[in-house]
Amino acid sequence: MTDDTRFGLARSVTLAGPLRLDGGARLSPVSVAYETYGQLNADGSNAILICHALTGDQHVASAHPITGKPGWWTRMVGAGKPIDPARHFIICANVLGSCLGSSGPATIDPKTGAPYAMRFPVITIRDMVRAQALLLDHLGVDTLAAVVGGSMGGMQVLQWAATYPDRVRSAVVIASAARHSAQNIAFHEVGRQAIMADPKWNGGDYYAAGDPPAAGLAVARMAAHITYLSEAGLTEKFGRRLQKRPGKENGAKSFGFDADFQIESYLRHQGISFVDRFDANSYLYITRAMDYFDLAEEHGGLLATAFAGCKQTRFCLVSFDTDWLYPTAESRAIVHALNAAGAPVSFMELSSPFGHDAFLLDVPELNRVVDGFLRAGETR
Amino acid sequence: MSELRPDLAIIADHVAPASRVLDVGCGDGELMDVLRARGCDARGIEIDPRNVSLAVTRGLSVVQGDADTDLVNYPDNAFDYAILSQTLQTARAPDQVLTELLRIGRRAFVSFPNFAYWRVRLSLAWGGRMPVTPALPVSWYETQNIHQLTIDDFRAFVKERGITVEQAWFLTGARRRGEAAANLRAEHAVFLLRR
Repeated sequence: MTDDTRFGLARSVTLAGPLRLDGGARLSPVSVAYETYGQLNADGSNAILICHALTGDQHVASAHPITGKPGWWTRMVGAGKPIDPARHFIICANVLGSCLGSSGPATIDPKTGAPYAMRFPVITIRDMVRAQALLLDHLGVDTLAAVVGGSMGGMQVLQWAATYPDRVRSAVVIASAARHSAQNIAFHEVGRQAIMADPKWNGGDYYAAGDPPAAGLAVARMAAHITYLSEAGLTEKFGRRLQKRPGKENGAKSFGFDADFQIESYLRHQGISFVDRFDANSYLYITRAMDYFDLAEEHGGLLATAFAGCKQTRFCLVSFDTDWLYPTAESRAIVHALNAAGAPVSFMELSSPFGHDAFLLDVPELNRVVDGFLRAGETR
Repeated sequence: MSELRPDLAIIADHVAPASRVLDVGCGDGELMDVLRARGCDARGIEIDPRNVSLAVTRGLSVVQGDADTDLVNYPDNAFDYAILSQTLQTARAPDQVLTELLRIGRRAFVSFPNFAYWRVRLSLAWGGRMPVTPALPVSWYETQNIHQLTIDDFRAFVKERGITVEQAWFLTGARRRGEAAANLRAEHAVFLLRR
């Protein structure tokens, strides 16, 4: 397998399709950018699919091509980590609709020779999962030892278990939900309106000009970023502290609208650095996919029905006590549905001051739980 | 593996192999581990996150939750056995917990410390102090036990509710006691119930 060009870092495949989408459209061809780590074992039993969050990517444990920063989940994936290339064959793919190599609004539409922009079909979480399933078929991976993801990645994990229960032996859902709440949708709408209010957005057709709606996208990211943190965490990290200024060690108010407070300059930095690595139209499409996500609705309004086929799939859910974007109650609702469906499920709420972002940060307890859960599945 | 607590050992010995079991208040999953080794499909509920984490790390299916509020989420007859070991006296509404237990399990094991045990009586009657014994090891101000009961209380309760006692075991430490004067002589009890 070592000389098989399908496996390794920075891979991409274009599949003929068509991929039938929930919105009724058919997408063809379908490109999926992905990375794999480790080796698929002889009986194909050690594959783990990692699903990334809204603005994540396939570079789960390798340097990001634009920022040069280490992979987004090196705390969970790597030598000696719970998901270990020495034991596991690890797959992470850029989701459909994104902008790091998978088909999305920035992709050239073969019919017109121009980027799809807003002519790209609206996609759903299930469409993303269908594209991942196509990739697995291409890689020759039939069954997954585990599907693992946090936030939007967790939604994909739930969707995987509901759509392809026979292909998923274990499912790890971290800081996620089975549906997007009104509050979640509200925050996303603020972000989308910020992008669409930027004159450079131009109805989505900004690719040719080379001048994207950076200001709108930065504002969208700033608003979203607040939802990833907690009030306690923000207070601890920034409080009301002022930015240092030349000659003023403790900062000073400008009596104007510069970033006086440290939290302001932090958010501005988060917004500005985000536009270097993300496409505004992708942000519109992926937030829409999350808003449409409601696993129960697809199954007659009863979440337990979504998991009716999951008798053999083990679940592990983790929430964080300061996460107000996907609070513990959302995870509990999933746990109750899984119990009602008779699926084996573990759940715990971990304590962390970092809000929703905790799943990406150093929480040793999270690593212990995921490690124990995955290992127990391997010895069965 | 460490020796099972005496009431858990009795429960483990009397759960039919390959049963579906829910252990309510499962701690770190000690009993579930033994049951799993006997081919049971064991699930647990536990309130303490440290214990949940230990149990999950052991590969057990344990959900962090509260017996008082979470049992309603399990369907009728979901389990062959529901187990409530040394937890009844900590419930806010023990009568409701027992009702739920016998709704989701076809049978239920319930174990609890006996407040009518003679040492407890002595401590209260002569010492005038709340008892601290091996079965009730914690002082009054920090105990989780908010609904203390006796073996006779429990017998009266199940009779009143029309619950069938299939079997009962009475223990002092790990030593078995006879049925005779169990309310006085047994430190703790295990009951196997059926609707």
